[in-house]
Amino acid sequence: MELDDPTFRFGTEPVVHLRGAVALLGRFPALAGVDLDVDRRRIVLLRGANGAGKTTLLRALAGLVPITSGEAVVLGVDLRDDRRAVRHRVGLLAHGTGLYDELTVADNVSFWTRAARADKADAEAAMTQLGLDGRLRDVAVGRLSTGQRRRTSLACLLARRPELWLLDEPHAGLDKDGRDIVDALVRDAAAAGATIILSSHELDRSIELADEIVTLGGGVALDEGAGGGDGHVD
Amino acid sequence: MVMLTDAWLIARKDLKLEIRSRVAINQVIPFALLVLVLFAFALDPDRGLLEKATPGLYWIAVLFSGLLAMQRAFSLEAADGVTDALRLSGLSPSGIYLGKTLSVAAQLLVLEVLLGVGVAVLYGTSITGWLLLMATIVVATAAISTAGTLFGVVAAGLRVRETLLPLLLLPVLAPVLIGATRAFEAALSGTPSEGWPWVGLMSVFAVVYAVAGIFGFGPLMEES
Amino acid sequence: MTTETVGSVEASASGPTSTGSRATMILGIVTLIALGVLVLFGLILSPADESQGDSVRIMYVHVPSAMLSYAGCFLTAIGSAVYLWRKSQWWELVAYAGAEVAALFTAFTLITGMLWGRPTWGVYWVWDARLTSEALLMLLLLGYLAVRRLAADYEVRAKRAAIIGLLLVPNIIIVRQSVQWWRTLHQTPTLSLSGAEIQGLMLFSLFTGFVAITLVFIWMVIHRFRVAWLEEQLEAEGLDTAIAERRAEGVIS
Repeated sequence: MELDDPTFRFGTEPVVHLRGAVALLGRFPALAGVDLDVDRRRIVLLRGANGAGKTTLLRALAGLVPITSGEAVVLGVDLRDDRRAVRHRVGLLAHGTGLYDELTVADNVSFWTRAARADKADAEAAMTQLGLDGRLRDVAVGRLSTGQRRRTSLACLLARRPELWLLDEPHAGLDKDGRDIVDALVRDAAAAGATIILSSHELDRSIELADEIVTLGGGVALDEGAGGGDGHVD
Repeated sequence: MVMLTDAWLIARKDLKLEIRSRVAINQVIPFALLVLVLFAFALDPDRGLLEKATPGLYWIAVLFSGLLAMQRAFSLEAADGVTDALRLSGLSPSGIYLGKTLSVAAQLLVLEVLLGVGVAVLYGTSITGWLLLMATIVVATAAISTAGTLFGVVAAGLRVRETLLPLLLLPVLAPVLIGATRAFEAALSGTPSEGWPWVGLMSVFAVVYAVAGIFGFGPLMEES
Repeated sequence: MTTETVGSVEASASGPTSTGSRATMILGIVTLIALGVLVLFGLILSPADESQGDSVRIMYVHVPSAMLSYAGCFLTAIGSAVYLWRKSQWWELVAYAGAEVAALFTAFTLITGMLWGRPTWGVYWVWDARLTSEALLMLLLLGYLAVRRLAADYEVRAKRAAIIGLLLVPNIIIVRQSVQWWRTLHQTPTLSLSGAEIQGLMLFSLFTGFVAITLVFIWMVIHRFRVAWLEEQLEAEGLDTAIAERRAEGVIS
């Protein structure tokens, strides 16, 4: 085992460990006892009908939705203890863009990069990778198309260099080029030692991408299966 | 230190956004000047009523147009997933609070200067007691923006926020309105010594709210 | 942070199970007796004032209820502080009960103040320092209650209201100070009832007033708290059923 092997550096404990995790939205148990284990560098696809709990699960893993009972450990942080501690280490691509419409693409990316205390060079690199370095750079986000906004949100996520990527419908609203970029980013991130959990309705594409597939229904994980990705099963 | 860096980042972002969007320039400032004109219609300028009431009218105009600026400071953070992004960002909540307070204060200061010019021109107020006037403006702005930002986040993200914020904020700011008005009266009537205790009271107010905001913002940002 | 709420509900099974108990019933009876004594002394046995006439009798309820409106605010501030510090739902409900009863007493104080003002000054309202402070107190309490009664999750309402509740105390101090200065620059506070003026049966009536009104206040806070507690218990119940129903959804699809 080499010293720069990510597995060696980060240890081998699972990145996500849930046992009977319950999360309430108001009084509604959106997660009704989820069991889930995800190892480092895995790409996991969450699938399930609308309202199965995919979005809530991703938000709970990001430390935004409290887990009210069960076990929940993400990146070694016990979410029931302190769910704020995990937040700066994850990247969440949510339904909302998380962008200020009046500011330009460059302003947005650099603001969120600096907020995450990441390097300014990372912001530039992320924009280049998502094809936002040209004309789009200085356009106000409010005037972009849906797909271009999605790319800007992804650039913000990428620049933060998160250890755990949580992508809620990353393919939605993107054209073929955009989807290819997303898939490439996900593969690169996993290769670099990050872990990725995504939900998608683009099943053909994402089954190909994923190492594991978890089906959610009624707020619980129904079953797990292998994906079509090359995987890093050690 | 992290808190101050974060505050500066947030304040710069907010002010940049305000300059880009021009809402303050196109809507808030004209509204403030409109209020001054409406006061003149309501109180006959020829009978000296307007002149006597000038300090109070000035601060009422500041409060009402300031409310618009504060509503806006939080409506932009509520846009499209920004609230979640802020929680995930790793910015310290105290820093976010101070940053928003700073940007609200900066906007209030611009508003106050313009309203001051408006009062001097439209109501023919002759301005004396500069030192007290300046001190009053500084502490009253601090008081309004520290309390306004705290109550802004209390009302943020709720469907009723437009109606809730004035209900929460205006009674709390009543002492500031009284204090700033009396201090202005003292300055304009050439008896500044009567005004300084008010400056002291407003400073205490600003400090209380700044402390409450720095410690209270974290818990308040938590729920959706 | 529903975690803590659910946890605290489970942990403090010591909460009430009905709106009343033996102790509160005795308290209620004592309160009624005290009110009877107050009526006897306040309306019948004590003499009319030389200058104010019979309207002085309003003082026997007005002054105690004004004091208790402030006491209620302090209770709310303390409850809010403990809730924010220890996440104790019990204290949060104490704060809520305190604020509601305080608002009631503030309204009562304002009404009795105006009823007293009309025969004494010829007008219902003067910008007296104490009355003005009381009016602002009412508005501050209404702000707290507006937030506490929002149509939102318990956590959202409770936490936001607690911040406002905690700030009630500094707000009241600053409001009182500013209103005091504001009025004294123009006129001295008018509504004064200094100890030197009242003596004998009048003083005793005022004392009975304090006792009776304080008992009413305590009785009301306890009952309001118990009702609020039971309401929250009802909310928390049914979680297991909800989880079972939720899981069933997955099986069907």
